[in-house]
Amino acid sequence: MYVTDKILPELPAPSNAKGLVYWLKNNLFSSPLNIVITFLGFYLVYKILPPAIQWAFIDATWVAETREECLGEGKGACWAYIGNRFGQVMYGFYPPAEYWRPNLAGILLILLTIPLFIEKMPKKVWLGAFILLVFPFIAYVLIHGGMLGLSEVGTDRWGGLMLTLIISLVGIAAALPLGIILALGRRSEMPIVKSISIIFIEFWRGVPLITVLFMASVMLPLFLPAGSDFDKLARAMIGIILFQSAYVAEVVRGGLQAIPKGQYEAAVAMGLSYWKSMFLIILPQALKLVIPGLVNTFIALFKDTTLVLIIGLFDLLLIIENVLGSDAAWLGFFTEGLVFAAFVFWIFCFSMSRYSMALERKLDTGHRS
Amino acid sequence: MSEANTQAQQDYAIRMINLNKWYGDFHVLKNINLDVAQGERIVICGPSGSGKSTVIRCINHLEEHQKGQIIVNGDEITGDVKQLERLRRDVGMCFQHFNLFPHLSILDNLTLAPIWVRKIPKAEAEATAMKYLERVKIPDQANKYPGQLSGGQQQRVAIARSLCMNPKIMLFDEPTSALDPEMISEVLDVMVELAEEGGMTMLCVTHEMGFAKQVADRVIFMDAGQIIEENTPNEFFNNPQSERTQLFLSQIIAH
Ligand SMILES: Nc1ncnc2c1ncn2[C@@H]1O[C@H](COP(=O)(O)OP(=O)(O)OP(=O)(O)O)[C@@H](O)[C@H]1O
Ligand SMILES: [Mg+2]
Repeated sequence: MYVTDKILPELPAPSNAKGLVYWLKNNLFSSPLNIVITFLGFYLVYKILPPAIQWAFIDATWVAETREECLGEGKGACWAYIGNRFGQVMYGFYPPAEYWRPNLAGILLILLTIPLFIEKMPKKVWLGAFILLVFPFIAYVLIHGGMLGLSEVGTDRWGGLMLTLIISLVGIAAALPLGIILALGRRSEMPIVKSISIIFIEFWRGVPLITVLFMASVMLPLFLPAGSDFDKLARAMIGIILFQSAYVAEVVRGGLQAIPKGQYEAAVAMGLSYWKSMFLIILPQALKLVIPGLVNTFIALFKDTTLVLIIGLFDLLLIIENVLGSDAAWLGFFTEGLVFAAFVFWIFCFSMSRYSMALERKLDTGHRS
Repeated sequence: MSEANTQAQQDYAIRMINLNKWYGDFHVLKNINLDVAQGERIVICGPSGSGKSTVIRCINHLEEHQKGQIIVNGDEITGDVKQLERLRRDVGMCFQHFNLFPHLSILDNLTLAPIWVRKIPKAEAEATAMKYLERVKIPDQANKYPGQLSGGQQQRVAIARSLCMNPKIMLFDEPTSALDPEMISEVLDVMVELAEEGGMTMLCVTHEMGFAKQVADRVIFMDAGQIIEENTPNEFFNNPQSERTQLFLSQIIAH
């Protein structure tokens, strides 16, 4: 027989940090193959990184009035070229005197969005609805003008990063709700709703975005009554929204399928209507599950906006490639332009990815079953 | 006559008349006839697959029946959406796997339906919720999430969640069979208290015979989609009539 004679005390968990040497040995030099790979990796970094840094930073020309100042022995990247054309990079052919208008719209959007991130902010739903439903009109009036004493700046003069952001934000803000509706429709028990959703989703998933944009820009006008002038940017945006909503729908449907049937039963058994059960119980859980997939879709959407250049919309990439690239005063700095564009895209995509990770952590309520 | 008829209907919380249901070709409920008086407490038992869950899920129309009638609080269930929403406000249900909403705190789980269905102001709904959390003896868990609670606590929260809607009828589908043995009694205690308080019609699918003996007015035994036997607990346990019942009782007592 055995009876314990003392209750054991609680001890702190053993530390995992066992020092740098231990980590190196375990992770980089754990086997002959790993040692070879490690050295190969070091060698590549050694070959690529120092010259890249040399070119991009140490030898770079940051300020210059003319192209000649960037040329010569030992000169690296010519960032001055971007700096001198910064207005176009940011706003396309938007009249410089009116830059304050898109700026104001951007600042307004940021100010409106900040409260959404404050924990205990009341009436968030109303603010969100305002941003989604009212703000776009304010922004349109500001940027497009033509009323309230603002001079008109047609969408053909919008461009640069501003255009890229406008297309992406509108695309995300519209494709998400539309995608959710489509996902619910596809799981509906009503045969007509279900068929329409399936046909819609499968149609848009089946065609390449380039085709959609071409159709929107070249073919659609053929079908519209002669003389009806439907804005090119609007057509492209509608194409992007419909296209992306199909992807969003499938991501959301994956989340809906992962929610146990019991959740829906418990909700309706309390007298909640279908829509309330969906919006209060099912969607919050399903969307949370698919945050990685949704952000993935949004990042893809953001990068896909560059395709609008094929229908002649001057987004960030086309401005850099075409307008700046063919500027006789600054010929020959194509690489800098592309590196800069890649950097800007990377900043935005990486931020989205980090934000989604933070959001996942914040929403984690410790599911068990 | 119609007035007398309505009067008679009102005395019943639930009436099932020749209820039949099929899953595809499978005849799962066969001619179920059952009248449940207001305030009556009924325990339904029977072997696995006999249709117990299906019967009580027909009452709040989580399952659709194909033949016969179900009349709840004088209203025949037709499947009309608005009528269903009205009906379900007065019929609470507890599930075997609790089905709490994992993304909401315990308090939000309890106040959700009162706020969104009964349109009760938030503060009032929270006060009611706290009252019921105290009834089920876990007021200190109000701000936790379901995933942080034990099974027994979760099921008590689920009971409190139903009670917050102030239902006239409560349906329980094996509320203790997913629980570890030491948690069963804490849930049963709450249910016994609820039953002894009276006033609420209760239908409970369970194999907890102690609970049935203590609180049930009637015990119903089902097998293969049929009601085989129906009696007071005393008679049912001490003097079972049908062979199937005797076999079933000997089996659950044996283990
Ligand atoms: N959605 C469904 N589709 C087809 N058959 C089903 C479905 N749900 C239940 N059944 C079948 O109907 C029969 C009755 O099921 P029910 O869940 O009512 O049984 P039960 O008496 O509650 O059993 P248990 O004690 O296992 O919960 C079972 O044979 C089951 O396999
Ligand atoms: Mg069952």
